[in-house]
Amino acid sequence: MTDPELPMLTLVDLGVLREVDLVGDSHVVVDITPTYSGCPAMAAMRDDLVRELSGAGFDRVEVRVSLDPAWTTDWITPEGRAALAAAGISPPGPAPSTDGPIPLTLLPTARQVRCPQCDSPATELVSEFGSTACKAQYRCTACREPFDHVKEI
Amino acid sequence: MTDHVHTTPEDEHDNAYAGLLVNDAHWAFGTDFEDPLAGVDTTIPEGVDAPTLAAYALMLGDDALVMSHRVSEWTSNAPDLEDDIALSNIALDLLGQARLLLARAAKADESVVPVLPEGSPAPPEDALAFFREAHDFRNVRLAELVNGDFAEATVRVLLFSVWRLALLEQLRASRDHVLAAVAAKGVKEVAYHRDYSARWFVTLARGTDESRRRLLAALDALWPLWPELFDTHPVEAAAAESGVGVDPAGVRDAAEAVLDQVLAAADVPRPEVARRAGVLGRTGRDGMHGEPLGRMLAEMQSVARAHPRGLW
Repeated sequence: MTDPELPMLTLVDLGVLREVDLVGDSHVVVDITPTYSGCPAMAAMRDDLVRELSGAGFDRVEVRVSLDPAWTTDWITPEGRAALAAAGISPPGPAPSTDGPIPLTLLPTARQVRCPQCDSPATELVSEFGSTACKAQYRCTACREPFDHVKEI
Repeated sequence: MTDHVHTTPEDEHDNAYAGLLVNDAHWAFGTDFEDPLAGVDTTIPEGVDAPTLAAYALMLGDDALVMSHRVSEWTSNAPDLEDDIALSNIALDLLGQARLLLARAAKADESVVPVLPEGSPAPPEDALAFFREAHDFRNVRLAELVNGDFAEATVRVLLFSVWRLALLEQLRASRDHVLAAVAAKGVKEVAYHRDYSARWFVTLARGTDESRRRLLAALDALWPLWPELFDTHPVEAAAAESGVGVDPAGVRDAAEAVLDQVLAAADVPRPEVARRAGVLGRTGRDGMHGEPLGRMLAEMQSVARAHPRGLW
Protein backbone atom coordinates (compact mmCIF):
# COMPACT_ATOMS: atom_id res chain seq x y z
CA MET A 1 0.00 0.00 0.00
CA THR A 2 1.64 3.20 -1.17
CA ASP A 3 0.83 6.89 -1.02
CA PRO A 4 -0.95 8.02 -4.23
CA GLU A 5 1.18 11.17 -4.50
CA LEU A 6 4.43 9.79 -3.09
CA PRO A 7 4.32 6.27 -4.58
CA MET A 8 7.81 5.43 -3.31
CA LEU A 9 6.38 5.44 0.25
CA THR A 10 4.15 2.86 1.85
CA LEU A 11 1.44 4.21 4.14
CA VAL A 12 3.47 2.79 7.03
CA ASP A 13 6.64 4.60 5.87
CA LEU A 14 4.66 7.82 5.59
CA GLY A 15 3.31 7.36 9.11
CA VAL A 16 -0.30 7.64 7.93
CA LEU A 17 -1.27 4.08 8.84
CA ARG A 18 -1.53 4.19 12.62
CA GLU A 19 -3.15 0.94 13.63
CA VAL A 20 -4.59 -2.26 12.26
CA ASP A 21 -6.94 -4.29 14.43
CA LEU A 22 -8.26 -7.71 13.60
CA VAL A 23 -11.79 -8.23 14.87
CA GLY A 24 -12.32 -11.93 14.38
CA ASP A 25 -11.24 -13.62 11.16
CA SER A 26 -12.91 -11.53 8.50
CA HIS A 27 -13.26 -8.05 9.97
CA VAL A 28 -10.40 -5.56 10.03
CA VAL A 29 -10.30 -2.00 11.39
CA VAL A 30 -7.63 0.36 10.09
CA ASP A 31 -6.79 3.77 11.58
CA ILE A 32 -5.26 6.44 9.36
CA THR A 33 -4.17 9.99 10.18
CA PRO A 34 -4.41 12.64 7.44
CA THR A 35 -1.17 14.44 6.58
CA TYR A 36 -2.80 17.82 5.86
CA SER A 37 -6.41 18.82 6.59
CA GLY A 38 -7.15 19.20 2.88
CA CYS A 39 -5.02 16.36 1.58
CA PRO A 40 -6.87 15.12 -1.52
CA ALA A 41 -4.98 11.83 -1.41
CA MET A 42 -6.89 10.65 1.67
CA ALA A 43 -9.87 9.43 -0.36
CA ALA A 44 -7.58 7.45 -2.66
CA MET A 45 -5.74 5.97 0.33
CA ARG A 46 -8.99 4.89 1.89
CA ASP A 47 -10.23 3.31 -1.36
CA ASP A 48 -6.91 1.53 -1.84
CA LEU A 49 -7.03 0.13 1.70
CA VAL A 50 -10.57 -1.16 1.21
CA ARG A 51 -9.63 -2.70 -2.13
CA GLU A 52 -6.44 -4.39 -0.90
CA LEU A 53 -7.92 -5.71 2.32
CA SER A 54 -11.07 -6.94 0.59
CA GLY A 55 -8.83 -8.63 -1.95
CA ALA A 56 -6.93 -10.24 0.93
CA GLY A 57 -10.15 -11.91 2.04
CA PHE A 58 -11.61 -9.58 4.65
CA ASP A 59 -15.39 -9.37 4.39
CA ARG A 60 -15.59 -6.21 6.43
CA VAL A 61 -13.03 -3.42 6.15
CA GLU A 62 -13.48 -0.38 8.36
CA VAL A 63 -11.23 2.64 7.77
CA ARG A 64 -11.28 5.11 10.63
CA VAL A 65 -9.82 8.59 10.78
CA SER A 66 -7.58 9.35 13.71
CA LEU A 67 -7.10 13.12 14.09
CA ASP A 68 -5.36 13.17 17.43
CA PRO A 69 -2.41 13.38 17.67
CA ALA A 70 -1.93 15.29 14.43
CA TRP A 71 0.33 13.80 11.78
CA THR A 72 3.92 14.97 11.83
CA THR A 73 6.79 14.38 9.40
CA ASP A 74 8.65 12.88 12.38
CA TRP A 75 6.51 9.77 11.77
CA ILE A 76 8.13 9.13 8.38
CA THR A 77 10.26 6.01 8.95
CA PRO A 78 14.01 5.78 8.21
CA GLU A 79 13.09 3.48 5.30
CA GLY A 80 10.67 6.13 4.09
CA ARG A 81 13.32 8.84 4.27
CA ALA A 82 15.73 6.69 2.29
CA ALA A 83 13.04 5.99 -0.32
CA LEU A 84 12.27 9.72 -0.67
CA ALA A 85 15.95 10.58 -1.16
CA ALA A 86 16.37 7.76 -3.68
CA ALA A 87 13.44 9.22 -5.64
CA GLY A 88 15.03 12.68 -5.73
CA ILE A 89 12.92 14.20 -2.96
CA SER A 90 14.70 15.75 0.02
CA PRO A 91 13.40 14.19 3.26
CA PRO A 92 12.24 16.43 6.13
CA GLY A 93 14.37 17.42 9.10
CA PRO A 94 13.01 17.25 12.65
CA ALA A 95 9.61 18.93 13.01
CA PRO A 96 9.58 22.13 15.07
CA SER A 97 7.79 22.11 18.40
CA THR A 98 4.25 23.41 18.13
CA ASP A 99 3.35 23.39 21.81
CA GLY A 100 3.16 27.09 22.64
CA PRO A 101 2.63 30.09 20.36
CA ILE A 102 4.38 29.64 17.02
CA PRO A 103 7.01 32.38 16.62
CA LEU A 104 6.82 34.50 13.49
CA THR A 105 9.67 33.88 11.05
CA LEU A 106 10.17 36.65 8.52
CA LEU A 107 13.27 35.11 6.95
CA PRO A 108 13.19 32.00 4.77
CA THR A 109 13.10 28.91 6.96
CA ALA A 110 16.65 27.88 7.75
CA ARG A 111 17.15 24.24 6.85
CA GLN A 112 20.18 22.09 6.12
CA VAL A 113 18.95 20.71 2.83
CA ARG A 114 21.26 18.73 0.55
CA CYS A 115 20.57 18.28 -3.12
CA PRO A 116 19.09 14.80 -3.64
CA GLN A 117 20.74 14.69 -7.09
CA CYS A 118 24.35 15.72 -6.43
CA ASP A 119 24.41 15.81 -2.60
CA SER A 120 25.64 19.43 -2.58
CA PRO A 121 24.70 21.48 0.50
CA ALA A 122 24.49 24.58 -1.76
CA THR A 123 20.72 24.74 -2.06
CA GLU A 124 18.19 27.55 -1.87
CA LEU A 125 14.51 27.76 -1.10
CA VAL A 126 12.30 28.75 -4.05
CA SER A 127 8.96 28.55 -2.24
CA GLU A 128 7.56 27.08 0.96
CA PHE A 129 4.72 25.65 -1.11
CA GLY A 130 5.25 22.99 -3.76
CA SER A 131 3.57 20.45 -6.01
CA THR A 132 1.62 18.96 -3.11
CA ALA A 133 0.57 20.32 0.27
CA CYS A 134 3.45 18.57 2.01
CA LYS A 135 6.37 19.88 -0.08
CA ALA A 136 8.49 23.00 -0.51
CA GLN A 137 10.38 23.85 -3.70
CA TYR A 138 14.16 24.09 -3.68
CA ARG A 139 16.90 24.46 -6.23
CA CYS A 140 20.50 23.31 -6.12
CA THR A 141 22.96 26.08 -6.94
CA ALA A 142 25.69 23.53 -7.70
CA CYS A 143 23.99 21.28 -10.26
CA ARG A 144 21.12 23.72 -10.97
CA GLU A 145 18.47 21.05 -10.60
CA PRO A 146 15.17 21.98 -8.93
CA PHE A 147 13.84 19.51 -6.38
CA ASP A 148 11.11 19.02 -3.76
CA HIS A 149 11.66 19.00 -0.03
CA VAL A 150 9.12 17.44 2.33
CA LYS A 151 8.55 20.27 4.76
CA GLU A 152 8.66 19.77 8.47
CA ILE A 153 5.25 19.87 10.10
CA MET B 1 -31.75 7.60 -9.91
CA THR B 2 -28.98 5.03 -9.90
CA ASP B 3 -27.73 3.30 -6.80
CA HIS B 4 -24.17 3.45 -5.65
CA VAL B 5 -22.85 0.20 -7.17
CA HIS B 6 -19.57 -1.41 -6.20
CA THR B 7 -18.04 -3.93 -8.57
CA THR B 8 -15.26 -6.39 -7.88
CA PRO B 9 -12.67 -3.91 -6.67
CA GLU B 10 -9.61 -5.39 -8.36
CA ASP B 11 -11.23 -5.15 -11.80
CA GLU B 12 -11.51 -1.40 -11.63
CA HIS B 13 -8.06 -0.87 -10.24
CA ASP B 14 -5.98 -3.20 -12.35
CA ASN B 15 -7.42 -2.15 -15.68
CA ALA B 16 -8.13 1.49 -16.48
CA TYR B 17 -10.75 0.49 -19.07
CA ALA B 18 -12.67 -1.81 -16.76
CA GLY B 19 -13.72 1.23 -14.75
CA LEU B 20 -15.49 2.66 -17.79
CA LEU B 21 -17.80 -0.32 -18.01
CA VAL B 22 -19.02 -0.29 -14.44
CA ASN B 23 -21.14 2.07 -12.47
CA ASP B 24 -19.15 3.40 -9.55
CA ALA B 25 -21.06 6.67 -9.43
CA HIS B 26 -20.74 8.87 -6.36
CA TRP B 27 -21.77 12.36 -5.28
CA ALA B 28 -20.57 14.58 -8.10
CA PHE B 29 -19.24 17.49 -6.03
CA GLY B 30 -17.38 15.79 -3.21
CA THR B 31 -14.38 13.56 -2.75
CA ASP B 32 -16.26 10.36 -1.90
CA PHE B 33 -14.42 10.08 1.42
CA GLU B 34 -17.65 9.01 2.99
CA ASP B 35 -17.27 10.56 6.41
CA PRO B 36 -14.32 12.80 7.27
CA LEU B 37 -14.98 12.04 10.95
CA ALA B 38 -15.36 8.26 10.58
CA GLY B 39 -14.04 6.70 13.77
CA VAL B 40 -13.42 10.04 15.48
CA ASP B 41 -14.86 10.47 18.97
CA THR B 42 -17.66 12.98 18.38
CA THR B 43 -19.23 12.62 21.82
CA ILE B 44 -20.36 16.00 23.06
CA PRO B 45 -18.43 16.86 26.23
CA GLU B 46 -20.44 16.88 29.42
CA GLY B 47 -22.24 20.12 30.17
CA VAL B 48 -21.85 21.44 26.62
CA ASP B 49 -24.91 22.67 24.78
CA ALA B 50 -24.99 20.84 21.42
CA PRO B 51 -26.54 23.70 19.39
CA THR B 52 -23.90 26.10 20.78
CA LEU B 53 -21.11 23.72 19.80
CA ALA B 54 -22.60 23.35 16.31
CA ALA B 55 -23.04 27.10 15.86
CA TYR B 56 -19.48 27.73 17.02
CA ALA B 57 -18.02 25.08 14.67
CA LEU B 58 -20.01 26.64 11.83
CA MET B 59 -18.44 30.04 12.50
CA LEU B 60 -14.89 28.69 12.31
CA GLY B 61 -15.83 26.46 9.39
CA ASP B 62 -17.43 29.29 7.43
CA ASP B 63 -14.37 31.52 7.99
CA ALA B 64 -12.22 28.79 6.48
CA LEU B 65 -14.62 27.96 3.63
CA VAL B 66 -15.20 31.52 2.45
CA MET B 67 -11.55 32.52 2.81
CA SER B 68 -10.54 29.33 1.00
CA HIS B 69 -12.83 30.14 -1.90
CA ARG B 70 -11.54 33.70 -2.24
CA VAL B 71 -7.91 32.55 -2.09
CA SER B 72 -8.66 29.76 -4.58
CA GLU B 73 -9.80 32.42 -7.06
CA TRP B 74 -6.09 33.28 -7.37
CA THR B 75 -5.39 29.90 -8.94
CA SER B 76 -3.92 30.61 -12.40
CA ASN B 77 -4.03 34.36 -11.68
CA ALA B 78 -1.10 34.90 -9.30
CA PRO B 79 1.92 36.96 -10.40
CA ASP B 80 4.10 33.87 -10.84
CA LEU B 81 3.86 30.11 -10.69
CA GLU B 82 5.34 29.78 -7.20
CA ASP B 83 2.77 32.11 -5.69
CA ASP B 84 0.00 30.51 -7.68
CA ILE B 85 0.96 27.21 -6.07
CA ALA B 86 1.37 28.79 -2.64
CA LEU B 87 -2.06 30.41 -2.71
CA SER B 88 -3.68 27.23 -4.04
CA ASN B 89 -2.12 25.27 -1.18
CA ILE B 90 -3.33 27.81 1.37
CA ALA B 91 -6.84 27.53 -0.08
CA LEU B 92 -6.61 23.73 0.08
CA ASP B 93 -5.54 23.69 3.73
CA LEU B 94 -8.42 26.00 4.65
CA LEU B 95 -10.87 23.90 2.66
CA GLY B 96 -9.74 20.83 4.59
CA GLN B 97 -10.27 22.65 7.88
CA ALA B 98 -13.69 23.83 6.68
CA ARG B 99 -14.72 20.30 5.80
CA LEU B 100 -13.91 18.93 9.25
CA LEU B 101 -15.49 21.88 11.04
CA LEU B 102 -18.71 21.76 9.03
CA ALA B 103 -18.85 17.99 9.54
CA ARG B 104 -18.36 18.59 13.26
CA ALA B 105 -21.22 21.12 13.30
CA ALA B 106 -23.51 18.63 11.55
CA LYS B 107 -22.59 15.82 13.96
CA ALA B 108 -23.23 18.02 16.98
CA ASP B 109 -26.63 19.26 15.81
CA GLU B 110 -28.06 17.88 12.61
CA SER B 111 -30.78 20.51 12.55
CA VAL B 112 -28.21 23.00 11.17
CA VAL B 113 -27.96 20.96 7.96
CA PRO B 114 -30.26 22.14 5.15
CA VAL B 115 -32.84 19.60 4.04
CA LEU B 116 -31.99 18.43 0.53
CA PRO B 117 -34.23 16.94 -2.16
CA GLU B 118 -35.04 13.27 -1.61
CA GLY B 119 -32.25 11.06 -2.87
CA SER B 120 -29.45 13.60 -2.74
CA PRO B 121 -26.16 11.88 -1.97
CA ALA B 122 -24.54 15.09 -0.64
CA PRO B 123 -22.91 14.52 2.76
CA PRO B 124 -23.83 16.94 5.57
CA GLU B 125 -20.73 19.12 5.23
CA ASP B 126 -21.42 19.59 1.52
CA ALA B 127 -25.07 20.36 2.21
CA LEU B 128 -23.85 23.09 4.56
CA ALA B 129 -21.40 24.48 2.01
CA PHE B 130 -23.61 24.34 -1.07
CA PHE B 131 -27.18 24.71 0.14
CA ARG B 132 -27.20 27.57 2.62
CA GLU B 133 -28.07 31.17 1.80
CA ALA B 134 -25.63 34.01 2.46
CA HIS B 135 -27.47 35.08 5.63
CA ASP B 136 -26.89 31.62 7.11
CA PHE B 137 -23.11 31.98 6.78
CA ARG B 138 -21.36 33.08 9.95
CA ASN B 139 -17.94 34.02 8.56
CA VAL B 140 -16.22 37.28 9.44
CA ARG B 141 -16.61 39.88 6.68
CA LEU B 142 -12.85 40.13 6.04
CA ALA B 143 -12.98 36.70 4.36
CA GLU B 144 -15.70 37.50 1.85
CA LEU B 145 -14.48 40.69 0.15
CA VAL B 146 -13.94 40.67 -3.59
CA ASN B 147 -10.28 40.04 -4.37
CA GLY B 148 -8.06 42.98 -5.27
CA ASP B 149 -4.44 42.95 -6.42
CA PHE B 150 -1.64 40.75 -5.07
CA ALA B 151 -0.92 43.28 -2.30
CA GLU B 152 -4.54 42.95 -1.20
CA ALA B 153 -4.22 39.14 -1.12
CA THR B 154 -1.03 39.48 0.92
CA VAL B 155 -2.62 41.78 3.49
CA ARG B 156 -5.82 39.77 3.69
CA VAL B 157 -4.06 36.42 4.17
CA LEU B 158 -1.80 38.08 6.76
CA LEU B 159 -4.62 39.59 8.85
CA PHE B 160 -6.71 36.44 8.59
CA SER B 161 -3.83 34.08 9.45
CA VAL B 162 -2.45 36.12 12.34
CA TRP B 163 -5.91 36.11 13.87
CA ARG B 164 -6.79 32.50 13.07
CA LEU B 165 -3.44 31.19 14.30
CA ALA B 166 -3.92 32.99 17.62
CA LEU B 167 -7.41 31.44 17.91
CA LEU B 168 -6.31 27.93 16.94
CA GLU B 169 -3.38 28.01 19.37
CA GLN B 170 -5.91 28.41 22.19
CA LEU B 171 -8.47 26.07 20.65
CA ARG B 172 -6.00 23.17 20.95
CA ALA B 173 -7.13 23.00 24.59
CA SER B 174 -10.81 22.66 23.62
CA ARG B 175 -12.78 20.10 25.60
CA ASP B 176 -14.27 18.98 22.29
CA HIS B 177 -11.98 16.31 20.81
CA VAL B 178 -12.74 17.24 17.23
CA LEU B 179 -12.16 20.97 17.64
CA ALA B 180 -8.96 20.32 19.59
CA ALA B 181 -7.68 17.99 16.87
CA VAL B 182 -8.63 20.34 14.02
CA ALA B 183 -6.88 23.15 15.87
CA ALA B 184 -3.71 21.14 16.54
CA LYS B 185 -3.48 20.34 12.84
CA GLY B 186 -4.56 23.81 11.74
CA VAL B 187 -1.89 25.54 13.84
CA LYS B 188 0.84 23.89 11.79
CA GLU B 189 -0.83 24.80 8.52
CA VAL B 190 -1.80 28.37 9.32
CA ALA B 191 1.70 29.09 10.68
CA TYR B 192 2.95 28.52 7.11
CA HIS B 193 0.22 30.79 5.71
CA ARG B 194 1.02 33.55 8.16
CA ASP B 195 4.75 33.47 7.57
CA TYR B 196 4.28 33.34 3.79
CA SER B 197 2.09 36.45 3.79
CA ALA B 198 4.24 38.23 6.39
CA ARG B 199 7.34 37.81 4.22
CA TRP B 200 5.51 39.14 1.18
CA PHE B 201 4.20 42.03 3.30
CA VAL B 202 7.75 43.06 4.18
CA THR B 203 8.97 42.48 0.63
CA LEU B 204 6.26 44.65 -0.92
CA ALA B 205 6.58 47.36 1.74
CA ARG B 206 10.33 47.59 1.22
CA GLY B 207 10.24 46.99 -2.53
CA THR B 208 9.51 49.68 -5.09
CA ASP B 209 7.47 52.85 -4.61
CA GLU B 210 4.68 51.18 -6.51
CA SER B 211 4.69 47.97 -4.45
CA ARG B 212 4.70 50.00 -1.23
CA ARG B 213 1.90 52.24 -2.48
CA ARG B 214 -0.24 49.22 -3.31
CA LEU B 215 0.52 47.52 0.00
CA LEU B 216 -0.43 50.59 2.03
CA ALA B 217 -3.61 51.03 0.00
CA ALA B 218 -4.57 47.41 0.66
CA LEU B 219 -3.85 47.76 4.37
CA ASP B 220 -5.99 50.91 4.61
CA ALA B 221 -8.80 49.18 2.74
CA LEU B 222 -8.83 46.06 4.94
CA TRP B 223 -8.00 47.64 8.31
CA PRO B 224 -11.62 48.66 9.06
CA LEU B 225 -12.51 44.94 9.24
CA TRP B 226 -9.65 43.97 11.60
CA PRO B 227 -11.47 44.89 14.86
CA GLU B 228 -14.48 42.75 13.91
CA LEU B 229 -12.25 39.67 14.21
CA PHE B 230 -12.00 40.25 17.97
CA ASP B 231 -15.66 40.93 18.70
CA THR B 232 -17.23 38.36 20.98
CA HIS B 233 -20.48 36.96 19.62
CA PRO B 234 -22.81 35.39 22.23
CA VAL B 235 -22.18 31.96 20.67
CA GLU B 236 -18.43 32.43 21.06
CA ALA B 237 -18.90 33.60 24.64
CA ALA B 238 -21.03 30.54 25.43
CA ALA B 239 -18.61 28.17 23.67
CA ALA B 240 -15.68 29.68 25.60
CA GLU B 241 -17.63 29.50 28.84
CA SER B 242 -18.22 25.77 28.42
CA GLY B 243 -14.58 25.10 27.52
CA VAL B 244 -15.07 24.10 23.88
CA GLY B 245 -14.40 27.46 22.21
CA VAL B 246 -12.17 30.51 22.39
CA ASP B 247 -13.30 34.06 23.10
CA PRO B 248 -11.69 36.05 20.24
CA ALA B 249 -11.37 39.11 22.47
CA GLY B 250 -8.93 37.09 24.55
CA VAL B 251 -6.47 36.56 21.69
CA ARG B 252 -6.38 40.20 20.60
CA ASP B 253 -3.17 41.09 22.44
CA ALA B 254 -1.33 38.06 21.08
CA ALA B 255 -2.48 38.77 17.52
CA GLU B 256 -1.69 42.49 17.73
CA ALA B 257 1.79 41.71 19.03
CA VAL B 258 2.54 39.49 16.03
CA LEU B 259 1.09 41.99 13.60
CA ASP B 260 3.19 44.77 15.16
CA GLN B 261 6.32 42.70 14.52
CA VAL B 262 5.43 42.50 10.83
CA LEU B 263 4.59 46.20 10.61
CA ALA B 264 7.86 47.12 12.32
CA ALA B 265 9.92 44.93 9.99
CA ALA B 266 8.11 46.49 7.03
CA ASP B 267 8.43 50.04 8.41
CA VAL B 268 4.70 50.50 8.05
CA PRO B 269 2.76 52.49 10.68
CA ARG B 270 -0.52 51.18 12.07
CA PRO B 271 -3.28 52.63 9.90
CA GLU B 272 -5.51 55.28 11.38
CA VAL B 273 -8.75 54.18 9.82
CA ALA B 274 -11.96 53.68 11.78
CA ARG B 275 -13.57 50.26 12.01
CA ARG B 276 -16.41 49.39 9.67
CA ALA B 277 -19.67 49.45 11.55
CA GLY B 278 -22.13 46.59 11.38
CA VAL B 279 -25.63 46.98 10.00
CA LEU B 280 -27.72 47.86 13.05
CA GLY B 281 -24.80 46.47 15.01
CA ARG B 282 -24.85 43.16 13.19
CA THR B 283 -21.74 41.82 11.45
CA GLY B 284 -20.55 38.64 9.73
CA ARG B 285 -21.00 36.45 12.81
CA ASP B 286 -24.69 37.47 12.86
CA GLY B 287 -25.15 36.53 9.21
CA MET B 288 -24.93 40.15 8.04
CA HIS B 289 -22.79 40.16 4.91
CA GLY B 290 -21.96 42.40 2.02
CA GLU B 291 -23.31 41.80 -1.45
CA PRO B 292 -20.05 40.15 -2.60
CA LEU B 293 -20.72 37.05 -0.49
CA GLY B 294 -24.03 36.46 -2.27
CA ARG B 295 -22.33 36.67 -5.64
CA MET B 296 -19.49 34.44 -4.51
CA LEU B 297 -21.92 31.81 -3.24
CA ALA B 298 -23.98 32.01 -6.43
CA GLU B 299 -20.91 30.93 -8.34
CA MET B 300 -19.64 28.44 -5.76
CA GLN B 301 -23.02 26.76 -5.25
CA SER B 302 -24.74 26.97 -8.63
CA VAL B 303 -23.71 23.60 -10.05
CA ALA B 304 -24.46 21.62 -6.89
CA ARG B 305 -27.80 23.40 -6.53
CA ALA B 306 -28.72 22.68 -10.14
CA HIS B 307 -27.93 18.99 -9.61
CA PRO B 308 -28.64 18.15 -5.96
CA ARG B 309 -28.80 14.45 -6.87
CA GLY B 310 -25.73 14.70 -9.08
CA LEU B 311 -23.72 11.52 -9.45
CA TRP B 312 -20.76 10.73 -11.63
